[in-house]
Amino acid sequence: MLRGIAALLLFQLLGESLVFLTKLPVPGPVVGLVLLFLALQFGRRTGRAPFPQVEGAAGALLSNLGLLFVPAGVGVVSLWSVVQSEIGAIAVVLIVSAAFTLAVTVWTFIAARRFFDGKWGA
Amino acid sequence: MRSPVDLWVYLSTSPLIWLTLTVCTWIAASELSVRLKRNPLVNPVLTSIIFLSAVMTVFHIPYEKFFAGAQFVHFLLGPATVAIAVPLYLQWDEVKRVLVPIGVALVVGSLAAVLSVVLLGTLIGLPRDMMISFLPKSATAGVAMAISSSLGGNPSLTAVLVILTGIIGALIVTPLMNRMGIRDYAARGFAVGLTSHGIGTARAYEVDPTAGLFAGIAMALNAIATSLIVPLAARLLLGP
Repeated sequence: MLRGIAALLLFQLLGESLVFLTKLPVPGPVVGLVLLFLALQFGRRTGRAPFPQVEGAAGALLSNLGLLFVPAGVGVVSLWSVVQSEIGAIAVVLIVSAAFTLAVTVWTFIAARRFFDGKWGA
Repeated sequence: MRSPVDLWVYLSTSPLIWLTLTVCTWIAASELSVRLKRNPLVNPVLTSIIFLSAVMTVFHIPYEKFFAGAQFVHFLLGPATVAIAVPLYLQWDEVKRVLVPIGVALVVGSLAAVLSVVLLGTLIGLPRDMMISFLPKSATAGVAMAISSSLGGNPSLTAVLVILTGIIGALIVTPLMNRMGIRDYAARGFAVGLTSHGIGTARAYEVDPTAGLFAGIAMALNAIATSLIVPLAARLLLGP
């Protein structure tokens, strides 16, 4: 478990460093995600699991992902006055945007699968 | 012997009590959610935030004091984002089989999520700094907050918008898809994972295992896509 956590921290550190050096407009952890994914794929190609404990550490974090949103979420109380004046607009934007995104994505997925005649599924 | 009031004064200034309260609130909120059959309205993230906010308000605790304790949990958002690589790696064989539809739907869906906010926000007249906080709302919270703060948005506001987007998507996906007559559960799952990240993914797993798998894939990929699209959209459409 500890080695798994160390691997996650190490890849985040790599990602943050790379973003700092190259001024990439992407969050450091996302670069860390991509680098870890590449490292795991490379490990599979070479037939060695490079970070045997990373699955356990990742599973533990991701199964409680919601907890990690809570501290920042509580911060909205200190912005309540800002949010309150725009609450109707916020609700409209969120609901319409979510419905639109759902519809566009599902339709594109099905259309693309039909068009390219994917081998998966019916 | 000191009085309980002294104890309260002592504890309320230490980070320990707020960290403990955050973790215990989360456990209780998760338990409540399981008891109520994971109804999206009692989403544990939402109920935890409401409860803790109420405690802060009633006891007049400044957010900085609360965050001094809760930051130890908050810090884990970074490693948790990196951790998304693991399910993506484990499910890569599934992804490869439908790589083209996934890629096309990812780009189009991610653009739809961002551009619909720009369009609606402009029509309604949302202030620019608030719009920045809205743009990454379909990405998982850690990524969305990082994007928001790097562009001058408000990460706390983004966190709440991300969570609300998650809950809204989880609530409307099933009736919407049924009305659209869509029975392809891979496509349905992909759509809700892209729109509503982890909360949508949890919902998809309740409906159908294939939907859940594709929702998880969409969440991971949209974390990457959103972090590429939002800075670009902000620069091109909202100006510096």
